[in-house]
Amino acid sequence: MSKVSTLTPVQKRRRRGAFTLLILSIGSLVGFGILQKNTAPVTYRFVLEKEWIAINEWTLDSRTGSYGFSIAAILFSLWAIISFRRNKKIQLQSALGGFSILMAFLCWAASGKMIPFTGLLQGALLLSVPLIFGAMAGVLCERSGVINIAIEGQLLAGAFAAGVVASLTQNTTWGLLVAPIAGALISLILAVFAIKFSIDQVILGFVINVLVIGMTSFLYKKLLIPYQNTWNSGPILTPIEIPFLSKIPLLGPIFFNQTIIVYLMYIIVAVIHLSLFKTRWGLRTRAVGEHPTAADSVGIKVNNLRFRNVIFAGLVAGLGGAYFTVGAVGAFGKEMTAGKGFIALAALIFGRWSPIGAVMAALLFGFADNLQGVLSITGTPIPSEFMLMAPYIATIIAVTGFIGRVRAPAADGIPYNRGGSN
Amino acid sequence: MSSIKNKVSETMRAITLPLLAFFLAILSGGLLIAFSNPEIYSLWKSPLKFLSTGFASAGDAYLALIQGSIFDQNLTSKNFLLGFYPLSETFVIAAPLILTGLSVTLAFRAGLFNIGAQGQFIFGAIGASYVGFHYNLPPVIHAVAALLGAMLCAGLWGGLVGFLKARTGAHEVIVTIMLNYISIYFLLWLLSTQTFLRKGRQDPIAPPVQENAQLPKLFGIDYRINLGIFIALGVAYLIHILLTRTTVGFQFRSVGANTLAAKTAGMSVPFVMTSVMVICGALAGLGGAVQVLGSEYALTAGVAGSFGFDAITVALLGRAKPLGTVLAALLFGALRAGGLTMQANTTTPIDIVLVIQALVVLFIAAPTMVRAIFRLKNVKSGTDMAAKGWNG
Repeated sequence: MSKVSTLTPVQKRRRRGAFTLLILSIGSLVGFGILQKNTAPVTYRFVLEKEWIAINEWTLDSRTGSYGFSIAAILFSLWAIISFRRNKKIQLQSALGGFSILMAFLCWAASGKMIPFTGLLQGALLLSVPLIFGAMAGVLCERSGVINIAIEGQLLAGAFAAGVVASLTQNTTWGLLVAPIAGALISLILAVFAIKFSIDQVILGFVINVLVIGMTSFLYKKLLIPYQNTWNSGPILTPIEIPFLSKIPLLGPIFFNQTIIVYLMYIIVAVIHLSLFKTRWGLRTRAVGEHPTAADSVGIKVNNLRFRNVIFAGLVAGLGGAYFTVGAVGAFGKEMTAGKGFIALAALIFGRWSPIGAVMAALLFGFADNLQGVLSITGTPIPSEFMLMAPYIATIIAVTGFIGRVRAPAADGIPYNRGGSN
Repeated sequence: MSSIKNKVSETMRAITLPLLAFFLAILSGGLLIAFSNPEIYSLWKSPLKFLSTGFASAGDAYLALIQGSIFDQNLTSKNFLLGFYPLSETFVIAAPLILTGLSVTLAFRAGLFNIGAQGQFIFGAIGASYVGFHYNLPPVIHAVAALLGAMLCAGLWGGLVGFLKARTGAHEVIVTIMLNYISIYFLLWLLSTQTFLRKGRQDPIAPPVQENAQLPKLFGIDYRINLGIFIALGVAYLIHILLTRTTVGFQFRSVGANTLAAKTAGMSVPFVMTSVMVICGALAGLGGAVQVLGSEYALTAGVAGSFGFDAITVALLGRAKPLGTVLAALLFGALRAGGLTMQANTTTPIDIVLVIQALVVLFIAAPTMVRAIFRLKNVKSGTDMAAKGWNG
């Protein structure tokens, strides 16, 4: 009897993940440790402001640091290999291993310099906020079977509406209330044309983006520049410090001294995750996204549900758009979302169309973006352009199935017409 | 006789929808121009004046648009022919737009959605620029070498998409969106390297392409119109022949129409996907070459403008046919060229062009709506593209 491989796809994915991690760790040991000439000290700074101080600063020799973290990464990947052989999950090990490689990289890249570690993470969270909102809008649409390329347009519309309304009323609350409506209006176009007219959703999303960019840029030049004082000088939200929680060392100032938009984001992520997997609505949404015919046969109104979810998605993305104006700088700028909607789409795909996965991917992309910004100021051996490419390369690697294949909901992008083939 | 009559009615049916869609889009754009002027709301009390002011501002804007794209009598003071300078500008913009539009069109016909024309355009521009400034070659040969260099770079970049799709099933839309961003960052990095840095300059601009590599101007130095437009028209004809008269073109269309049937008929789907994307990449890259060698003469960070993205609206308006693509590119080229004049001479920003572009495509994509508005029955519908999902 010949020996047949009995690994399930999940096991294969774990195996490939564990071994990739091992190869990366060894690469990190060689690249950042053995080939490292520089032994200047690197300093991590952990204090942001007035939290209860645990550790203040940590200085270590750059080469020793790279060695230490690379060896740690190798140990984590060995642990991952053992776990995979015992048929267990390897997520924790992968995360720890990845983190160690990142620290080894930092020791190498910032040799002789100081890294404001807490500031780095805080900046990363802020850069992730629009990505997370966008990715949640993507989850709502695509889990119910409607491709959403128009995230960029929804964010931009939200940013524009929030900025203008907050400026006209001189009140951030009005801005926050109007932004989701603007996002939902853009979603309405998507919903009507995709669901009622069965138009190809990729084309549609693309055209909607062009439309929103055109409209907002037109109005920006025609109204917001000439009448700047009334139309484009909105107030911005002030951070709300949550008592006690904001004093937790390291994490407190990062997560609990933010504006209301960020707190709303925590709630939205939690609600979407829980309702998608624990409620009747979530089950129906997933059914409609995977197998609409089956869903229809048990009495779920496929297109109604899709329509509603697409509108919800617009509300979420529109609120996320408000972050660009009332949440950050106040005034609206031409095309100020600058492709963030597409990184959100990348995060959605990289996170395998799951809410938590998408959040993690968005945080990772936000971190890469911020790290690039910090390192380009301190100066590094790697050109900043290549670090900016990282999210896009990661997404291509994910969709080509190099480390486990990502799979979209089966009916994603296919219009449903009762009785017709599609 | 009857065959000619049939052909005429067939053509009428084919162009009715795009024309009506364009008319609706221009109308909506006009309304936007008219009512986005906050000053006219003070005339609210006298409705006649209110409306006439609104229509006047829209009319002014569109007049400036035509002046900036076809003929401007203000330029005729020295020489009557100089009044046609705007028309030359239209052709200058249309040339790369035709080529990138063809790239998207060809992909559509093979069932692929090439959002990556922007990135392929950038790689073409890089190839053309490098061959153009780095080598010393005799006239004609240098220009041809630069065009080929552009097609090679962009063809490989485009082929990567087809290869990944054929080998791993990665959806071309996702891959091309990501590759567009990678391309722009790659270009930015390249322009900061020693090779691509112009001597004595710190800003991201490559050395100028040598005179031998530049495409000749057609009507003297007063007009920027150059050989690029003829290259574009020639290539459009070649693509038409490829699609309608050759076996390869038949294979492309078969895979586009029904992948499974094509496979059953013995065609190699992976080969078709890869080769289609190589050609699409080369087409968009040729657009980049025409832009660099014909009008810009140097590689800059913003060399691609929005040619690769406009290409998608061009291909959709042209209904994925080479001739339609040429006409749509000329139209959008005119809108772009005229938009600049409009922005300079009136208070209407050029961004209205984007709105019109998006609306045209939206109306074309929703024939049911246009039919309902004009109460038509006999109109050929749709973009000839069935909706497909991420997994399709």
